[in-house]
Amino acid sequence: MEPLEALTREAAALGANSPVVGLPSGLSSGLSSLSGSEAEVARVMQICNACRYCEGYCAVFPAMTHRLEFGKNDVHFLANLCHNCGACLHACQYAPPHEFAVNVPQAMAAVRVHTYSDYAWPAALGALYKRNGLTLALASAFGLALFLVLTMLAVGTLPVSGNFYAIFPHRMLVLMFGVTFVYALVALGIGVRRFWRDQAPGAVSGTALGEATHDALTLRYLGGGHGQGCNESDDAYTLLRRRFHHLTFYGFLLCFAATCVATLYHYAFGWQAPYDYTSLPVLLGTVGGLGLLAGPIGLLGLNLNRHPLHGDANQKPMDRGFIALLLLVSASGLLLLAARDTAAMSVLLAIHLGVVMALFLTLPYGKFAHGIYRCAALLKWTVEKRNPPKLQLGNE
Amino acid sequence: MVDVLVIGGGNAALCAALMAREAGASVLLLEAAPREWRGGNSQHVRNLRCMHDAPQDVLIDAYPEEEYWQDLLKVTGGQTNEKLARLVIRASSNCRDWMRSHGVHFQPPLSGALHVARTNAFFMGGGKALINAYYRSAARLGVQIRYDAPVDGIELDGDTFVAARVGRERFEARSCVLAAGGFESDRAWLREAWGQVDGEWPADNFLIRGTRFNMGVPLKRLIDAGADTLGDPSQSHCVAIDARAPLYDGGICTRIDCVSLGVVVNRDGLRFYDEGEDFWPKRYAIWGRLVALQPGQIGYSIIDAKAVGRFMPPVFPGERADTLAELARKIGVEETQFVRTVEAYNAACRVGTFDHAVLDDCHTEGIDPPKTHWAQPIDRPPYYGYALRPGITFTYLSLKVDEHAAVHFGGKPSPNVFAAGEMMSGNVLGKGYTAGVGIAIGTAFGRIAGAQAAQAARALTGAYHGAA
Repeated sequence: MEPLEALTREAAALGANSPVVGLPSGLSSGLSSLSGSEAEVARVMQICNACRYCEGYCAVFPAMTHRLEFGKNDVHFLANLCHNCGACLHACQYAPPHEFAVNVPQAMAAVRVHTYSDYAWPAALGALYKRNGLTLALASAFGLALFLVLTMLAVGTLPVSGNFYAIFPHRMLVLMFGVTFVYALVALGIGVRRFWRDQAPGAVSGTALGEATHDALTLRYLGGGHGQGCNESDDAYTLLRRRFHHLTFYGFLLCFAATCVATLYHYAFGWQAPYDYTSLPVLLGTVGGLGLLAGPIGLLGLNLNRHPLHGDANQKPMDRGFIALLLLVSASGLLLLAARDTAAMSVLLAIHLGVVMALFLTLPYGKFAHGIYRCAALLKWTVEKRNPPKLQLGNE
Repeated sequence: MVDVLVIGGGNAALCAALMAREAGASVLLLEAAPREWRGGNSQHVRNLRCMHDAPQDVLIDAYPEEEYWQDLLKVTGGQTNEKLARLVIRASSNCRDWMRSHGVHFQPPLSGALHVARTNAFFMGGGKALINAYYRSAARLGVQIRYDAPVDGIELDGDTFVAARVGRERFEARSCVLAAGGFESDRAWLREAWGQVDGEWPADNFLIRGTRFNMGVPLKRLIDAGADTLGDPSQSHCVAIDARAPLYDGGICTRIDCVSLGVVVNRDGLRFYDEGEDFWPKRYAIWGRLVALQPGQIGYSIIDAKAVGRFMPPVFPGERADTLAELARKIGVEETQFVRTVEAYNAACRVGTFDHAVLDDCHTEGIDPPKTHWAQPIDRPPYYGYALRPGITFTYLSLKVDEHAAVHFGGKPSPNVFAAGEMMSGNVLGKGYTAGVGIAIGTAFGRIAGAQAAQAARALTGAYHGAA
């Protein structure tokens, strides 16, 4: 007769550190190369795959059922498919204090930090950001702002009301921001291309692309599967995160659109800034800026009050660094608009430009990358689900 | 003094508390577990068996009352009460809107459970999500909730509830709903119920699939106070689960679903039952008892590479070996006999057209016990072995109740003691099981018990007022 204590000990050991090699599959597993946080996702997914109660919440669990084992590529795919809504944690019969200690959102979040840095280009910057997200973001913002202020003083330009280009010539701005923006695009593009090629799901159909786009733009998976929202500080559902994220994202897009329209005005029509308060670029920028102010404030509030088991504590500096940069961008932009005819204009302009440039420079390595990898993962899923692997698991 | 005291904190208890509160009663709910373990076995449930005459949101086709009743009659072998069973069946057809109004979400069946797509409505997120929704709703409606409150004493005046005790605290109430589950977490009681067999105490090797808090204390207090019971204490829902499952709360994921794809041997390397008798969902519930009757209460499900990917992935990896002898050594089964058993089985296989989705024609000839379907030789390495133990889901020993959920004393219903859930499920389910019926009973009788308890409390208050 096996003593019960021995069984309990064995179960606790298996729960705490279940071996993920030697799974019942004829395939070569390749799991031995998993890092600590990747191995944790593989362990947790093995438990979830035998339970499946959370299948209705989001795409992670249906995608999981297409697999019998979880290698490095599976882990990064599933981790980026996860929106960290928290529903599966509160519903989990194996969540802490259960000895299985299943915490899907936390395990996934811990891997995502590695996705952003491991796939980043160049890798050294990714590693730097992973360690010092908030510091790096703020330091570069203020560093750049200071640099611009000093440049301004050195050149000896005098503040002229409302005329930005008297301080920084238009061509110089275009060059500086053009280079930074293209750099961000290239760096993110290289990263996401690597991510896609590790376990590419096959040809992308129009319907798969359409569905992924819809799911991304509507934040479908912050709806909790039933449309009542995700979890924040407890097991109740709320749509606040989706709404604040919409304000942030669409605010960002409006600000971007304002820049594009202004560029068009400048080059196509030869209309020089500053534009009137009721002009299209200023209206777009103002509305977008307000969204980009309210959204990040809301998200920061939610972030500070999240249930302690949600997400990965190590990722919080990165989250908050990004939120802080977005807030600085919108706040400095709106202040600049309000004070553009005063003496404070030149300093505010330097700060605003510095912050925007820091945002662009850190885009590929920080929290912004979540949007790119999440979209890629959503597209992988909408392609994969139309062409599922053949498993015959039968009933029960 | 509150109107209604609910003892227990799972599905049935919450249904009772919500109904009583909705009827205007003041309600106190005592949950034995701390908050993070609240909900008892309801944490592990996943669906509700629902009668329906036409397709209904997540339910397809129809599942009429008569078919439901026949299913219940079949699984219980007649150990049921038709009046109460039909009451549960009818309640299952119209309780879901009420459940939704308390925040419960339903979804179509999960992958791997399509065989119950017609009959069962699944809870999105499973039982813990259901419980969370009910607790939120209860708090919102003003139900008082106490965690870490295991009731250890119940004061009755004859057949009438007076108070319950938790340690030194005493809780008086005008009526009481008992919904505190069976006694499966009490190892000593299980040991006593199963007794000694061949010098072993079989129950010592059982694992409990559900909560560690179902110690059966309120059940025992009621039995001691003379409440009528039904059912045999050694009867329980008992399935074969992974031997490495935790002692408590292993839940759904510890199931091993490859039995019908291979053979099962005991510690001595011998087969002991037809692994291919019927579809696994119809047979999994007998294997717990089968394993419980083997020496050491352990069995080993053996498959080869052909079975991989054909069953729901198990939570723990199996032992893996390239030869049968190596596998026997790894799982700790007598090697010579094990190899002889598998070779004899392999030689006896008459393989026709293998199809796991039907009762196919692959069977054995000339061995005992036979394997009547899905018999294929175990000859393609690597081989895998999964150790099996009996896993208890819940016990059947119950308090006798009537259609008002009133507990009986000497054949007469109590005026203010009501029971719901596993504490009375034996009235409907004397033995056997079918998916989602436990929740159907708990929901139906929880709601009845809550409404009746509120009414009983109101009647009593009225009487007090009249006397004054």
